[in-house]
Amino acid sequence: MAEVKELVKELSEKYGNRRESLIPIFQGIIDKNYYLSKEAMLEVAKQLDVSAADIYGTASFFSFLDTDAKGKYKIRICKSITCDMKGKSGIIATLEEMLKIKVGETTEDLMFSLLHTNCIGLCDQGPAMLINDNYYTKLTAEKVRVILGDYIRNK
Amino acid sequence: MPYSRTRVVDVLFKPLTTAPYEILRKTIQREKKDVINELVDSGLRGRGGAGFPTGMKWKFAAQQKSDVKYVICNADEGEPGTFKDKKLLCEVPRKVISGMAICAWATNATKGYIYLRREYRYLVAQLEEELRIYHEKAKEMGLNFPIEIFLGAGAYVCGEETALIESMEGKRGEPRNKPPYPIQNGFLGKPTIVNNVETFASSAMICRIGAEEYKKMGTADQRGSKLFSISGDSPKEGVHELELGMTLEAFANEFGDGDTKAVQVGGVAGFCIPRKQFKTQIIGEGNTTGGSTMIFNSTRSMYNVLHNYLDFYAEESCGQCTPCRIGTQQLLKGIEAVKSGLKPPSYLDQLIKLSETMRITSKCGLGQSVTNSFSSIVQNFREEMIF
Amino acid sequence: MANNINLTIDGIHVSVEEGQSILDAAKKIDIKIPTLCYHVDLCVAGNCRVCVVESVGRNNLIPSCATPAEEGMEIKTSSPKVRRARKDLMALLVSEHNTQCTTCYRSINCELQQLAAEYNVDNDIYLSVLKPTAKVDKSSWSIEKDDSKCIRCQRCVRTCAEIQHVNALAVTERGRDMKISTFMHLPMNEIVCTNCGQCITHCPTAALTERRYYDEIWEAIDDPDKYVIINTAPSVRVAIGETLGYNVGERVTGKMVTALKKMGFNSVLDTDFTADLTIIEEANELLVRLKKALVLKEKVALPMITSCSPGWVKFIEHMYPEHLDHLSTCKSPQQMFGALAKTYYAEKIGIDPSKIVSVAGMPCAAKKFEANRPEMWDSGFQDVDAGLTTRELGHMIKQSGLDFFELGESEFDSYMGESTGAAVIFGATGGVMEAALRTAYVVITGRPVPFENLNIIPVRGLEGIKEATVKFENCVPEYKFLEGVEAKFAIAHGLINARQIMDQIVKGESPYLFVEVMACPGGCIGGGGQPIPTNDEIRKKRMEAIYAEDMDKPLRMSHENPEVTQIYKEFLVKPLGEKSHHLLHTKYRKRNRY
Repeated sequence: MAEVKELVKELSEKYGNRRESLIPIFQGIIDKNYYLSKEAMLEVAKQLDVSAADIYGTASFFSFLDTDAKGKYKIRICKSITCDMKGKSGIIATLEEMLKIKVGETTEDLMFSLLHTNCIGLCDQGPAMLINDNYYTKLTAEKVRVILGDYIRNK
Repeated sequence: MPYSRTRVVDVLFKPLTTAPYEILRKTIQREKKDVINELVDSGLRGRGGAGFPTGMKWKFAAQQKSDVKYVICNADEGEPGTFKDKKLLCEVPRKVISGMAICAWATNATKGYIYLRREYRYLVAQLEEELRIYHEKAKEMGLNFPIEIFLGAGAYVCGEETALIESMEGKRGEPRNKPPYPIQNGFLGKPTIVNNVETFASSAMICRIGAEEYKKMGTADQRGSKLFSISGDSPKEGVHELELGMTLEAFANEFGDGDTKAVQVGGVAGFCIPRKQFKTQIIGEGNTTGGSTMIFNSTRSMYNVLHNYLDFYAEESCGQCTPCRIGTQQLLKGIEAVKSGLKPPSYLDQLIKLSETMRITSKCGLGQSVTNSFSSIVQNFREEMIF
Repeated sequence: MANNINLTIDGIHVSVEEGQSILDAAKKIDIKIPTLCYHVDLCVAGNCRVCVVESVGRNNLIPSCATPAEEGMEIKTSSPKVRRARKDLMALLVSEHNTQCTTCYRSINCELQQLAAEYNVDNDIYLSVLKPTAKVDKSSWSIEKDDSKCIRCQRCVRTCAEIQHVNALAVTERGRDMKISTFMHLPMNEIVCTNCGQCITHCPTAALTERRYYDEIWEAIDDPDKYVIINTAPSVRVAIGETLGYNVGERVTGKMVTALKKMGFNSVLDTDFTADLTIIEEANELLVRLKKALVLKEKVALPMITSCSPGWVKFIEHMYPEHLDHLSTCKSPQQMFGALAKTYYAEKIGIDPSKIVSVAGMPCAAKKFEANRPEMWDSGFQDVDAGLTTRELGHMIKQSGLDFFELGESEFDSYMGESTGAAVIFGATGGVMEAALRTAYVVITGRPVPFENLNIIPVRGLEGIKEATVKFENCVPEYKFLEGVEAKFAIAHGLINARQIMDQIVKGESPYLFVEVMACPGGCIGGGGQPIPTNDEIRKKRMEAIYAEDMDKPLRMSHENPEVTQIYKEFLVKPLGEKSHHLLHTKYRKRNRY
């Protein structure tokens, strides 16, 4: 995890100090620190001279701007209708069993968070999921074991 | 006349045989108003879902007096069952970028953004490389229209253009009151043209083949070709470019698995067309033009389908306006109550009335369109809602 | 003159300026369109949708508050389509609401309740979607936030941003989880909230209310071992009538005193007494600072800024913690009163101060917090035991069963009940400045301030920031150093305006010597503890009442208050003296900015 103050300063130099720099700065923080901590949001509020409550209100609006502690790898399983039809629940069962957590939870070692997400535009290849920015399609229980196994081994 | 067999075309994805950005180079040597008029003449409608005539939008934008104008390519493709914009950005990004640049040139816009949904972040590197090439070419042509990528942060409602703009301004993605429209007062208070990815690609295509050629495709009401994202119970899932104006029967025969019970046209915001209406319903007429088509066969519970949609809506509503925030929850709770016997089946009629209230009172297209799928499913599959 | 737009509403032709809304146009011809998220003080949100109307030719209804009138529009405000939709919307709001109206503090004064009743909304038409997790936050001394009563109109959010520029409240989450909350859902007592209570007076329901203490007060009154003192602020007497059936702007000072006595308060005293005292202390503090700056060339913080408004004090502690030395060290009149009630007054009437319960009747929500500041124990006890709002006092009078209309008039009790007109005008923005100038001018020059009838008109009124310049000539020997000085003063009300003053100070560009700041628009008459509704029209009427009360007073300069003279002679000795320093002055602290 990067030092928050430095990171926010760096990001605001890159994206600017205006309100419209907010979302790029948030994304930059999440890339480095996995989520928006209280300290990070306060630092951004100070940097952009926007109220902290307002900053939080914006962050909490967006699904990908996590404001509570999340793991290094965020697994987002699509719950839209076509992925659901193609067997999403079996995939979730496999993931829950492997990670020993439920959807919405994060592993104790802060490596994995298991999340539901709405349509990720892979409806023709469902069930599908994202792990951070990478996508995985036509999932089966076996496939999930291989994919997740790689992550677990290389973490 | 609608036609009863699908006509697969290959225009949008056809690789360009000319040098990169040749269409752009040629187009910007023409008169600006001629290009806009050609677009008006082509009958092209926005491919995002709302279907506003693209040429008219550009015309209004060109009339706005401002030193700064923005062109935003709406790549916040969040409608469930839609993935054609992603394919365009992957396979023919230059057509999309050309469309943006032509739009900017024709309307005197100064800066462009591709608003890419967060879920498609894996496209960023490739798109940045494309933009680098574009900027080089634009410089050669003397075109000063920089484009950058703005990455969304995960909110369906940001596909609505004013919500999209709000989020670019670093705020909650809540749709604005209209008027004023983005054309008058958009990003950072400046005139802003927001068009869908496919709309830009189609615009570039029209500049290449001409409105006359384009108009040969489709029917009187539905000009041109259109990308369809096909998913669900289909052996041919994927993106298909089809001429507009076909019946649903033609569509289901081509893409269904032989057991098609209903097709959801236009995504969750669109209509669920039951088999009995396949002969008379034409895709894109009265339903929406976003191109999402989800096919359900006879094994699917339409209650589950509707439940999934409503859960989606209750989560993705921005929450600011009463009918949408509470209405979506009421519809969801309502169908659960009918299913479980807590409320009588007649409660479904009350809920349909509610969805009508949502249509006429919601602030933006999200709340206004909930009734489309709700009424069409409840009316056509009522028995599935009850038992 | 802007272009005129012609339209018809319900068949009546109306012409409005370009840019005005359909709602504005309807108001012009006395057609009432119901609203909830709309508030005349605030920008338009257009989110409750209750004000939708039909525009002939359009399929969807349009929000009249957020839609500009267009030429040739044909509007129907009460067509069957509109009525049905509106009723449906209200039913939805009710389904998300905690409808225990019978026990609600805002019952009968709730905009949702009133509309739901007018439209006879069927409570059972929809299932309740009230979140079981919706909770009441009672962490703050001043403000209670009850999410189960919230209709998400965002009036509080806009108030906190547009009027106060505090932004303590924000819209968080989205969809069904969307709610009005704070930074990371922190409790109200841990955030940047100034307790000004403007969110309360702008809330259409009871989602935001003051934390109520009247049950404790009744208990104290009923306890024979307790001696309960109440002092009431100037703005209470010009507004409490509104809660009891009087017209806005009617003064009920004498009846209010009678009522309080009949209710069992042992002494009914006047905060105005300590307002006069504040003027003496504060004017002297200012003169000392000026002398240090001009004669001794010492570095002192100028302008000096008033500290009577606890919302403002907490604001500067959060937002400008490096500039607290600009604040006058004087306590607010309420806290001066509290400190003296349990020392001087206790001695005077021969009561053990440990038996005294000191209550303040205030137009303010922040006073509750102020009373509970740990700094405020200078009498050896908690100086003020409870602050009550004007609304709570109104409730208590109703609870007492008195027929307020029929009550005779009484005078405040003595020792700390005497007041001058200068103290009365503390209630209106500019009043502290005017009172201070009335006294300071006499002190400096030996003559009354050169304005007709002592009315310093430039400092009055609702403009956000007001300025006045006074030139001191023919000064008395002690203040010769001010000879010829053209002193600039400023008055700000509403914290967004205070921020402008502070930003000037931060940049080192402030031209002023003395600044008055009140947290609430209009000053205390528009305070967060005042009757609901409050808007500029109402603020003006309450202000007129304040100035009328001033004109009625035989004495109109603080230093003329005989009880003030007496307390210096018998107890305090001299302004800024040791006792004053101990009892009447205070310190401030730096706070977090979230």
